[in-house]
Amino acid sequence: MLDKPIIDKMDQIFVLLQHWLVSFLPVSLQPLAAVLLSVIVIVCLFPALFALTTVFERKGLGRIQNRLGPNRVGPFGFFQPIADGIKSLTKEDIVPASANAPVHFLAPIVLVVAVFMGFAVLPMGRNMVLVDMDAGLLFYFAMGASTEVSVFMAGWSSRNKYSLLGAMRAVAQMISYEVVLLLSSVAVVMISGTLSLPKIVEAQNQYTWDLPHWYIFTPWGLAGFVMYAIAATAETNRSPFDLPEGESELVAGYHTEYSGFKFALFFLGEYLAMFSISGLGATLFLGGWTAPFSFLTFIPSWIWFFSKLMLSIFVFIWMRGTLPRLRQDQLMNFAWKFVLPFTLLNLMVTALWRFMGEGWERWVVCSAILAVVWVFMGRIEMRSEHFGPRSYRYAE
Amino acid sequence: MTPVFYIIAALTIAGGLAAVLLKNLVHAALAVTVAFGGLALLFLSLDAQFAGFAQILVYIGAVAILIVFAILLTRGSDLPQDGVFSHTWLIGLMIAAGVFSVLAWAVLRSVPALPHETAVPAVTVHDIGVALVGRYVLPLEILALLLTAATIGAVIVAMHEKDGAQ
Repeated sequence: MLDKPIIDKMDQIFVLLQHWLVSFLPVSLQPLAAVLLSVIVIVCLFPALFALTTVFERKGLGRIQNRLGPNRVGPFGFFQPIADGIKSLTKEDIVPASANAPVHFLAPIVLVVAVFMGFAVLPMGRNMVLVDMDAGLLFYFAMGASTEVSVFMAGWSSRNKYSLLGAMRAVAQMISYEVVLLLSSVAVVMISGTLSLPKIVEAQNQYTWDLPHWYIFTPWGLAGFVMYAIAATAETNRSPFDLPEGESELVAGYHTEYSGFKFALFFLGEYLAMFSISGLGATLFLGGWTAPFSFLTFIPSWIWFFSKLMLSIFVFIWMRGTLPRLRQDQLMNFAWKFVLPFTLLNLMVTALWRFMGEGWERWVVCSAILAVVWVFMGRIEMRSEHFGPRSYRYAE
Repeated sequence: MTPVFYIIAALTIAGGLAAVLLKNLVHAALAVTVAFGGLALLFLSLDAQFAGFAQILVYIGAVAILIVFAILLTRGSDLPQDGVFSHTWLIGLMIAAGVFSVLAWAVLRSVPALPHETAVPAVTVHDIGVALVGRYVLPLEILALLLTAATIGAVIVAMHEKDGAQ
């Protein structure tokens, strides 16, 4: 076991490093330089993580499908993202003749900018948040909502039926699941009483018998986390909700007509959205940068945050390799007839939890309500589901 | 009235003007989005975080998308043959100018009535929340009822076409 000063130093190493670097500048420039430095770190770190994740994803999918995955470039194929990056930088940038050039050009930029903005409010460690906003959670969702516009811009400006269909699917899906995403997070806000993400983490940073007070370890938190995870998967267009880019139907969805670096930007934006939504999920339900056991608090907070983030990325990859793609009507029915009502119920259960006060009764009552409704709603939904040949309403 | 205000105001007005003047409907919808974004920035420059973010979330995330959907699902984004400008644009302009002048008159008249505050009032999200479920709970509930009625109405309108199957 290390002694306290060293533990604190390791925990705050990036904050101290930033202070040390900024201290070389005149005092008037220091606040600006500190912010710029943090922005540069965020803008460099997450694309690097993206490069690593693409290798892990391809390796992981390869493992799931009983093949090797990339193994030619560098040791075990780990330099594959560098090769891919050079390829997409040197490829010809093709803009279709009938495309709407300004909108076609702006779409990937709007997407990446909006996604990067989300990282501004995520606490990545103790004292490691770029802007500690009073309404941080609201800011995050506002930025998430702006990505929908860019997806539509991409699909519409390409002047391609596949692009447009993909964009319409993507926007419909993102709007439907955004409601769930917001409402499942509202439960956390109801209990912690704040929209500031660092304060939400602080509220979970307590321990009883070595176990943390993470919100996922409460009945409403578990239900909320499951709903949040479903909505996050749909929101980032990941499998099994990846209909907007279903290859078998839509070529590549809204980015069909993008090539070269613009395509790489879409790819980057998609993965960055995945990172930030995982980071938000970890912050809201999994205690953010706090350690899972009180005797593990000597490990720096930023290691915990990024471990939780990479764990969710691993689950994303695992789901992609395991689950088949849904159909559009199944996707919408699932969102509006199961996930949304259950999330609304979870809000009421959260209120009940809040007003029943301390004690074991609230654990029993809240768990029972959620479990019973989960089972019965599932049963009722399944009863009305006809398993048989697909019926077409428009194309007979 | 700082330079930042003028930049944001110019952006907002440019967005609004583009929305009215552009020939392509989808371009106009995207220009409205820019105007919404400018309004949100104006709120933020007044330290009204909640209003600013709610503006982005609701107007850019939902209203702009709704407009775009409405354009694509109804008449398509292609240019109509007889131009995009309505024949009654003069009357429209007059009505808009009338509404603007009434609003401007009301705002200018209300300036002396307000207490002159020197410091920026610090209103946190917490205060807004308390006010919403405390003093303004009745308007909030009425709005919620109205929106629920609108949602149910929309569902009923959409359900009407398939009367054969359940």
